[in-house]
Amino acid sequence: MLKVENLNVYYGAIHALHDISFHVDEGEIVTLIGANGAGKTSTLHTVSGLIRQKSGFISFMDKDLATVKPHKLIELGLAQVPEGRRVFAGMTVLENLEMGAYTRKNKNEIKRDMDMVFDHFPRLRERIKQPAGTLSGGEQQMLAMGRALMSKPKLLMLDEPSMGLSPILVNEIFAIIKEVNKQGTTILLVEQNANMALSIANRAYVLETGKVVMEGDARELLSNDAVRKAYLGS
Amino acid sequence: MTLLLNQLLNGLQIGSIYALIALGYTMVYGIVKLINFAHGDIIMVGAYAALILMTGLGAPFYAAIIGAMAVCVVCGVLIERVAYKPLRSSPRISSLITAIGVSYLLQNLAQLIFSPTPRPFPTVFQVKPLVVGELSISFVTILTLVVSVGLMVLLQFVVRRTKVGKAMRAVSEDTGAAQLMGISVDRTVSITFAIGCALAAIGAVLYCVAYPRVQPTMGSLPGLKAFIAAVLGGIGILPGAMLGGFIMGIAESLTKGYISSQLADAVVYGILIVVLIFKPAGLLGKKTREKV
Repeated sequence: MLKVENLNVYYGAIHALHDISFHVDEGEIVTLIGANGAGKTSTLHTVSGLIRQKSGFISFMDKDLATVKPHKLIELGLAQVPEGRRVFAGMTVLENLEMGAYTRKNKNEIKRDMDMVFDHFPRLRERIKQPAGTLSGGEQQMLAMGRALMSKPKLLMLDEPSMGLSPILVNEIFAIIKEVNKQGTTILLVEQNANMALSIANRAYVLETGKVVMEGDARELLSNDAVRKAYLGS
Repeated sequence: MTLLLNQLLNGLQIGSIYALIALGYTMVYGIVKLINFAHGDIIMVGAYAALILMTGLGAPFYAAIIGAMAVCVVCGVLIERVAYKPLRSSPRISSLITAIGVSYLLQNLAQLIFSPTPRPFPTVFQVKPLVVGELSISFVTILTLVVSVGLMVLLQFVVRRTKVGKAMRAVSEDTGAAQLMGISVDRTVSITFAIGCALAAIGAVLYCVAYPRVQPTMGSLPGLKAFIAAVLGGIGILPGAMLGGFIMGIAESLTKGYISSQLADAVVYGILIVVLIFKPAGLLGKKTREKV
């Protein structure tokens, strides 16, 4: 579904991503894990066109993304929950969700998907008229996810959904990610919380200083000694 | 008492024109964080457009307004595309200086095309003023107030309720996140400039009806006052621009009526200074803390 081949990205003279290659198949949960500064967010930003690669190839559903403008990705079925949630703080929960469905026309389908989002996140329904800026961190994460789901994506990319959340909320969010995946959305998950990410993912790539240093089945990586030492703290 | 009411009415009239123009400043600032100093000169463009349509082509008043709006919208969107868009990711000071440059460019182009000599704006309404007791209210005052307030209500509706308006707010809050939603930033910025310029065109015509002199530099002063109105109310906030415009207009006309016409501008700027000392973000502005 998503194919990234030999991606090289520079920030000025700094070589941020070295020959990154990975792929996400339909129906999977794939995670990119790694420490701060390993290049996880840069990889996502390159996929979504906010940064352009120096060399390498990105395709989504066999379409080359090199010339696709960032705001056109959503129409291809590629949605992103950005790092730090970035909900529209001055707009209500409802308006945020409406913005998620910005490119869609069919009002009935939008309505139905909004109900689906509220089924995933009942707390958002309670706060529907509230400005997003007044929500708690966890609720904002839920809103950011709900907003992305409103575009009815084929592939949902999540950037650090666990950041700044309590362990209970992290569990809740990850359970919902799994649930969303079960209902047919492919997931690309970027996480520092390797333990959580590996526990729900099918496959994983380990990034270190802009390179893929390990890849494989998530469960195998979870029990791999090197990974445990470097990322799981035991 | 009659003097007070008269001055208040005058103040509301000129204030609502300031408010219309201030909306353009504040909307553009809200979206691209640019003080568009050329916005005042859009008033001049609108005034000449209406003047030529009416005296040159014999168009009726309402057609002249629509024509002036069209000219201003095209002009504003073009300026944004050519002068500001290439600088959108540059430091803000670059586009600010460019805006001042565009302002001079428009003024000098107008001097070249129309010569610096002021031209009279035709008298449009020969309607008798409405007399209430000792108070006589001119038709222009009523028209200006009704049109301006109507447009402000309409604008609020557009921004709060329509898809385009919500997209504008989304871009103004977080451009990157708005892009992730599939909102075209370029298109939204163009729409913002278009709306701002259309309002300025209407403001320009109403201004000309009240002060019937058209000349190349005529946009500077109302432009500056509208900019101050936007800052006074809290730049980037639509109701702030309206409030600021009315305060400016009323303060100005009360000073003219009771103290001296020459002091009017000084009082207006004085109010701005006092407000900014106590509320640096403007009357309706929220305190924003810089993120560390």
